[in-house]
Amino acid sequence: MFQNLGEMMLLFSRTVRSLPLLWRHRQKVFDQFFEIGNASLLMVCILSFFIGGVISLLTGPVLVERGLASAVGGLVGLSMCKELGPVMMSILIAGRIGSAMAAEIGSMRVYQEIDALRTMNINPIHYLVMPRVVAVAVALPLLVIFSVLVGWGGGALVAATNPKISVSFQSFLVNLKEIVTFGDVANGLFKSFIFALVIGVVSCHQGLQTIGGPRGIGRSVTKAVVNCIVLIVILDYFLTRLLL
Amino acid sequence: MNEPTPDSNHSGVSVKVCGLRKSFNGQEVLKGVDLEIPSGEIFLIMGPSGSGKSVLLRHIIGLEEPTEGEILINGKSIQSPEVMEEYRLAMVFQSGALLNSLTVAENVGLYLSEHRLKPPREIARIVAEKLELVGLKGQEERLPNELSGGMKKRVAIARALVIEPQLILYDEPTSELDPLSAVVIAEEIVHLKKRIHVTSIVVSHDRELAFGVAHRIAFIHEGQILAVGTPDQVRQNPNPVIQHFLNANFKFD
Repeated sequence: MFQNLGEMMLLFSRTVRSLPLLWRHRQKVFDQFFEIGNASLLMVCILSFFIGGVISLLTGPVLVERGLASAVGGLVGLSMCKELGPVMMSILIAGRIGSAMAAEIGSMRVYQEIDALRTMNINPIHYLVMPRVVAVAVALPLLVIFSVLVGWGGGALVAATNPKISVSFQSFLVNLKEIVTFGDVANGLFKSFIFALVIGVVSCHQGLQTIGGPRGIGRSVTKAVVNCIVLIVILDYFLTRLLL
Repeated sequence: MNEPTPDSNHSGVSVKVCGLRKSFNGQEVLKGVDLEIPSGEIFLIMGPSGSGKSVLLRHIIGLEEPTEGEILINGKSIQSPEVMEEYRLAMVFQSGALLNSLTVAENVGLYLSEHRLKPPREIARIVAEKLELVGLKGQEERLPNELSGGMKKRVAIARALVIEPQLILYDEPTSELDPLSAVVIAEEIVHLKKRIHVTSIVVSHDRELAFGVAHRIAFIHEGQILAVGTPDQVRQNPNPVIQHFLNANFKFD
């Protein structure tokens, strides 16, 4: 495990050192970026809408009972932008994009495409890893912004239409604006940026480590997703403490 | 095929393998291999499956790190980073190892485009020229998964040609090919050597290819070189392992 962590840190530092080549590889970054967006936008939308709705549904009646109906907006707003938006979206992207990265790079490794790059003196980190890490590091925070907005919408809709809550859109939004600050949103975006780096580096690392044919590719994909989720959850705790 | 004109500005490199040993998980695959391949030679490494041929080839181009010993390209260790900068080395993999997400043209022009050596229009011209050379004119926009095994290998050769290599390594270039495609590939190896005086190292267990194209042959068995010499010398070598390999044929009652 420690060897893996060390290798991932090394891969991360090499990726950072290859950033001066970003402009040269901009097309690959754009391609990856649009692929991430295309693959995830609809799922992000559905997931966020229902997460916002569920928070509203679970907390709304309890708050109404205690005469705090107007606090629903703030509660949904804070939960979405500080915790659920970044963490749930990161887990979704780890499953959807991290697995695809590990599978693609893993299959390139197994079928000697990476060896072919090396024989052409093309560094696989510059060619494969850096564009993917940069793309996911840009795309995930943007997806989180989208997710938070949709989640707030879902929460507001449930709060307005559920007879046990009955908080209007307007009072939901007023309370949300009162409670949620720009700092809270930035906090969530910072978390998602860190999680994106974890997804990019862990998935590419697993892909590059792949051995043993199609079964090996399958193993790498599973490991990539599991390792990403475990690291995201652990890091979430420490980042939350740090940003409190 | 027209007789190619040698390119006087191009010269191959010499390769020296010194006491090369390689172990994977404690199992020794190469057991002290020594070879010397002069510039411009077509050198064939022959031996049964699992004898360490491909592993040796991967060491020569620096894809594997030796457990012991070293590989020298024009006297410089392949492990030193400047060798890849200073000399142009290419390898044609057994599977072709084309990048599946790229078209044939993008694969062939990858070296030039990634290292920004030529403008895009010039790259397109060179790619078309190299594809024509390997008999794949007009296949630029196809994807690797639309090609047959032989075509993939020819694209891989075109990709290697673009580098204008001083050393080109072929890993089982005729395996999985029909006899006609195998002849085309064998001719291409000889043609290329004549045209650009490249040093070629070919790994194969194809006896016809070995005796047809090689200047010298090394016979490897269980990670050890049993014989090195001209095709005739190897053919006449009395070692029973070599004789058994060279004379093996199907026998049906």
